[in-house]
Amino acid sequence: MNLKIQHYIDLITVLTQKEIKVRYKNSFLGYLWSIGHPLAFAMVFFIAFKVVMRIQIEDYALFLIAGLFPWQWFSNSVNAASMVFLGNASIIKKVNFPRNLIPFTQVLQDMIHFILAIPVIVLFLFIYHKSPSLSWVYGIPALLAIQFLMTYGFCLTVSSTNLFFRDLERLAVIFTTLMFYFTPIIYPESMIPERYKYLVNINPLTPLMVSWRNLFLNGILDPLSLIISLTYSIFAFMIGYLIYRRLSWKFAEVL
Amino acid sequence: MKEPVIIFNDVSKSYPLYHHLTGGIKNFLFHLPRGINSLKNSRFEALRDISFEVCRGETFGIIGRNGAGKSTTLGLIAGVLKPSKGRVIVKGRISPLLELGAGFHHELTGKENIMLNGVLMGLTRAEVSRKMNEIIEFSELRDFVDQPIRTYSSGMLARLGFSIVAHLEPEILLIDEILAVGDMGFQKKCIDKMMGFKKSGVTMVFVSHSMEDIGRICDRVMWIENHTARMLGEPKAVIAGYTGNSQ
Ligand SMILES: Nc1ncnc2c1ncn2[C@@H]1O[C@H](COP(=O)(O)OP(=O)(O)OP(=O)(O)O)[C@@H](O)[C@H]1O
Ligand SMILES: [Mg+2]
Repeated sequence: MNLKIQHYIDLITVLTQKEIKVRYKNSFLGYLWSIGHPLAFAMVFFIAFKVVMRIQIEDYALFLIAGLFPWQWFSNSVNAASMVFLGNASIIKKVNFPRNLIPFTQVLQDMIHFILAIPVIVLFLFIYHKSPSLSWVYGIPALLAIQFLMTYGFCLTVSSTNLFFRDLERLAVIFTTLMFYFTPIIYPESMIPERYKYLVNINPLTPLMVSWRNLFLNGILDPLSLIISLTYSIFAFMIGYLIYRRLSWKFAEVL
Repeated sequence: MKEPVIIFNDVSKSYPLYHHLTGGIKNFLFHLPRGINSLKNSRFEALRDISFEVCRGETFGIIGRNGAGKSTTLGLIAGVLKPSKGRVIVKGRISPLLELGAGFHHELTGKENIMLNGVLMGLTRAEVSRKMNEIIEFSELRDFVDQPIRTYSSGMLARLGFSIVAHLEPEILLIDEILAVGDMGFQKKCIDKMMGFKKSGVTMVFVSHSMEDIGRICDRVMWIENHTARMLGEPKAVIAGYTGNSQ
């Protein structure tokens, strides 16, 4: 059993090294990219909503960043998921190994990028005369685990299905873009009109993203949101895993 | 010696023709009835009711025309394909399928591909590192191992591929047509290595169009024709049957 775990760790390590090498050629640039992208977005939204439309939210730049960084992890993984099996066709056709490790590695890698970006959030906290809270010590690992499970579930679905419907890749991009605007990231959930409020929690990403922001900005972790997002992430994972299980043995046929 | 390590029990393999599906969701939804129909009905049968056993330490050859189903058989043994009917049982650590052209990861260097393949095959990173030098030495690619393999020639790729699997202590070695592009020196080296494997009791399944190689190495040969095993037995007899048929 121990040997098996060791083998999995080795597999994940090698696959991650490979992915970083293939995608970024150089891991430091990859890191800059993972910070630069959400920061650029934050700037765009800041100009559009704060400077031009004068939205009434305190510390809007900080508010944006606290939501955009975790979101970026989710959307990067899901968008990349459509290509992960195609990009590894040569090894899938040759060796029988647990193929789900490939999307797993993808999500893991984006998670590491997110973790490495947390200091940027801290920097912005200081700029706005706030500071990290002690609750981060348990809050961050808890939310990391939940988001990992959720993202992995979505990725398994997208990556497996995309082999059979090759235009799913485009749909995934449209899907993540739509989800982005339906999730309270650039606006607080309190601004949603009263009659649509009940819709907020239908979106599986809402409780999670709101939890991240509350944790980063105020050091608060709401247990109810935590439980709702955990439930969603378990569902997302189970659906993804079932789809993967049904389709995985056909991968080598269609690649 | 007589213990079977690869068992095919009435194995059939048919490939669904996924062309409607790979046309995308859009196509699938716009032609829904046709799409569902094609899901169910259009299958291409590559192998039908094949049964054979390969014993531990045996060298088993597979011959047949292009498209006969040889690579499909190897894919079934490697476990990357699943039979549509029947059962495939394999006992032991299998090498990655060695095929032509279908390389490893083209952006990675030779060394990184060695690591990737070794770990995928079931070895730990430490074990692969220990064998790294030996593999590079055998492949005679010392000057190129730090370059991405997209720059390699097909013969160099074959060298790298063979050297990797040959040194990773496989229990079952699957070789599809890889010697054909190696130069004479390397072909000889490979054959010698395979002879060594025979002595040490490694099971090998060897697909080739070179009847000379097949005749020299294999203990038994299977000839696949029309999706079924047309002949199975002594190399001499099967090769004679096959070459007679092809003329
Ligand atoms: N993924 C696939 N989807 C659909 N059909 C396939 C697939 N792979 C192989 N086939 C079909 O199965 C048949 C057997 O193919 P296979 O690759 O096993 O032949 P082969 O004996 O290895 O031929 P060669 O000597 O040219 O290597 C071929 O007719 C091929 O068209
Ligand atoms: Mg072939």
